[in-house]
Amino acid sequence: MKALVFERNLTRFAASRAASLLGSGRGAAVGPLRLLDVSAPVPPGEDWHRLRPLLSGICGSDLATVDGRSSRYFADLVSFPFVPGHEVVGILDDGGVDHRGEALAPGSRVVIEPVLGCLPRNIEPPCPRCEAGHTGGCGNVAIGSLGPGLQTGYCADTGGGWSSAGLVAHASQIHRVPESFSDEEAVIVEPAACGVHAALAAGVGTGDLVVVVGAGTLGLTTVAALHHLVRPTTSCTILVGAKYDHQRRHAQALGADIVVPSDQLARSVRRRTGSLVVGGRLTEGAGVVFDCVGSSRSIADALAVTGPRGTVVLVGMPAEVSLDLAPLWHRELRLMGSYAYGVEPSAPAPAPRRSFDLALDLVHPAGLGSLVSAAYPLERFEDALTHAGSAGRRGATKVVFDLANRKGSSR
Amino acid sequence: MSPRPGFVLEVDGSSPPTLFWHGERLSLEQLPPGSRVIYPPEPIDPLQDPVTAIRAALTHPVGDRDPLPALLVPGMKLTIAFDDISLPLPPMERPDIRQLVIEEVLDLAAGAGVDDVALVAALALHRRMTEPELRHALGDRIYDAFAPFGLLSQHDAEDPTNLVHLGCTSRGEDVEINRRAAESDLLVYVNINLVTMDGGHKSVATGLASYKSLRHHHNPATMQASRSFMDQHRSELHSSNWRMGRLIAESGITVFQIETTLNNDTFPGAFRFLQKREWEWRGKDRLGYLAASKALDGTPPRLARRIFHSVRAPHRLTSVQAGEVESVHELTTAQVWRQQGVVVEGQTDILTMGLPYISPYNVNSILNPILVACLGLGYLFNLYRNKPLVREGGVVIMTHPTPWAFDPVHHPSYIDFFEEVLSETTDPTLVAERFEESYATDPWYIHLYRTGHAYHGVHPFYMWYWCAHALSHLGGVIVVGGDPKAVRRLGFRPASALEDALEMAKDVVGPTPTLTHLHAPPLLMADVQ
Repeated sequence: MKALVFERNLTRFAASRAASLLGSGRGAAVGPLRLLDVSAPVPPGEDWHRLRPLLSGICGSDLATVDGRSSRYFADLVSFPFVPGHEVVGILDDGGVDHRGEALAPGSRVVIEPVLGCLPRNIEPPCPRCEAGHTGGCGNVAIGSLGPGLQTGYCADTGGGWSSAGLVAHASQIHRVPESFSDEEAVIVEPAACGVHAALAAGVGTGDLVVVVGAGTLGLTTVAALHHLVRPTTSCTILVGAKYDHQRRHAQALGADIVVPSDQLARSVRRRTGSLVVGGRLTEGAGVVFDCVGSSRSIADALAVTGPRGTVVLVGMPAEVSLDLAPLWHRELRLMGSYAYGVEPSAPAPAPRRSFDLALDLVHPAGLGSLVSAAYPLERFEDALTHAGSAGRRGATKVVFDLANRKGSSR
Repeated sequence: MSPRPGFVLEVDGSSPPTLFWHGERLSLEQLPPGSRVIYPPEPIDPLQDPVTAIRAALTHPVGDRDPLPALLVPGMKLTIAFDDISLPLPPMERPDIRQLVIEEVLDLAAGAGVDDVALVAALALHRRMTEPELRHALGDRIYDAFAPFGLLSQHDAEDPTNLVHLGCTSRGEDVEINRRAAESDLLVYVNINLVTMDGGHKSVATGLASYKSLRHHHNPATMQASRSFMDQHRSELHSSNWRMGRLIAESGITVFQIETTLNNDTFPGAFRFLQKREWEWRGKDRLGYLAASKALDGTPPRLARRIFHSVRAPHRLTSVQAGEVESVHELTTAQVWRQQGVVVEGQTDILTMGLPYISPYNVNSILNPILVACLGLGYLFNLYRNKPLVREGGVVIMTHPTPWAFDPVHHPSYIDFFEEVLSETTDPTLVAERFEESYATDPWYIHLYRTGHAYHGVHPFYMWYWCAHALSHLGGVIVVGGDPKAVRRLGFRPASALEDALEMAKDVVGPTPTLTHLHAPPLLMADVQ
């Protein structure tokens, strides 16, 4: 059995960081990530179940890890060695129990909600966030019965999706996949849940102009969530800044009202808001802006197109950034993070519902399975990560590992 | 020797290659045998003493209008409006004809003891002129006498306090014009009539009007019903302006119209070969072409643009008439035809045109893709009387680099129009329905129009509407040597060479097309029989 294992190795870490200068994902060839023979992880308790991955996605945070570009903030929130992969659809060969406590037969197909909060860690009583279902806000991700790890895919004890040896998942993490779902649709549920959480947490107001900066997977799932879950009650207008043609096509298909090249974003926001321009800056702007990239540039762009007293939501994972926060101060902007998922009180009735449940309802009608562009076997992990790192340029959106040894596919 | 009239050459094996403009570049193209090349008439003889001719026109007006001296009395309010930077093309050598005319008017006004005199640049929705441009048009003496005292203004179509609504025409068209002009005892309008479209009631009804007024005739329906708008009697654009002009007259506003015509002498010194017929080129002309084309090929576009925009045309005055608007304009139109008219037998399947670096809306600026379309399909396509030069379903081939480039100071709304509107639709009617109002009322564009040097937010729409007749008439438009992406955004087809374009055109018009080349500038008007 093989798995991609990320080890603590400072020399390789430095090498990956240097290699990533040649392009995102290049750190895979020289960094701490290696393809090794491994054993299946052992369930750490009674409520844990073995999962055999079918597909496991590569996300931006994975690439940042592989390239040694993750924030040092996370250094103590992971345990080594770990197997990455938190976007997972797999099979419960031995059956199991899902987050509702319902028994699942052997062979059931499931996705996991990867946050390792108080319940998987056997912490009693759970923290107030976990008690309320907001697992993404759990502060106990480095303590309890598991090694540190904010999610499956960053914890030495659980395994991760980039493995043919499988992983273990706590019942509270397990969501059954409807029969009608393809594996591609299932593997996109996790990033869709992130989009749902961001869209519903932002407080979009009636008639707001909502801007999405970036149209990678997170940007596109955010667009879909806004279109299906927020627009019906707010009549908001969704404007997307996308760098590549295929991203613009996806954004339009997923419900964006206006899609413009990234470098035309400010111009388009100005048009939509009737803003004036003083010193190159808009006097008005959007009510809510989702930054789905996480770079200094994208956050600065987001701040630049947000109207006074508007909200900027950081959906893409940032690291250290350099920003001029004067406009944030002067225009009384709200800058908020949106991490993972939880319970969504502002979901359409019957609220509240879990982000993951909403995402499961969203994926099929929105056609989000089409975002899966290419699947690679583990053995070609360097190609896969390089492809994921240059996905936009190469016309791709979501690149995944195919753990079921199906014939490699791409679209 | 008297100047020769226009000429239609039939290309044969002995014909030399034909000069094509390509923006700020030039090329010689060998047209297929049997093709026709329409050459403009040579520059007609100018008036030997322009100032005397101007004085004569002012004191011997035509139509129902007293001589200007009789209209000037002490204590009156006099406004002199004049055409803006869009005329003539290229800008003429000093002294500009506006300066000569206005100096004479001011001399008469001073002699009559008229103190309340104001000058207004009739911008309509065009950009405000810069001080050097105003000085060029009016001369330093007039500029220094009026500008420092706030007596030289530029019409502001977005200043509600400076507009007067005079009423509506029988067709419900709002007539709203400049307050100073409307409230003057006499409004003198000084025109440069470069083409037959210019002048007449269009001077005041368009040049001094607001968007509320202009939208009645600057729209796709009017443009499609103007065949062409160079032919007043078949132009709904003119019909609308004439209705407005008559309402202005009925409102009690006395307009003393002064119209001037210029000859075809368009290019000075080193560029004289541009207005000669190729088979008559002498060694000096061939050398001039070689030097210019080689030098321009190696010159960065920005520098080449600056070189060409510094060209001043040696245009000379060929006529001046003054008095009542319609009587004046009838004489003027005949004068323009005298200089520019060329009889052409029958239409063509393919019309080729080399687009130069300049149009009325990019003086000292970039001919952006929208203006490329407008120059070719709005202006040159419409240089006809009776029938278009190209048959219905035919193809226009234009040569121009068509860069994806805009002047952000002069054309800010053009950038958004190109990005936002043309990426959605190129149909003029849909463009108008879906987008016009939001651009026309955009406060940022209004601010830039009023305080900077920007064309009004709605102006790119008007440029696109100018193309409406051609777009509905033609079976295809091909741009040779243009930025393919920009050309496709316009809804046209790009070609890398004229030969390729001709092959592409055959897909539309058939395998044995007729071809006609419009050899302009200098400008000509085709009287298509």
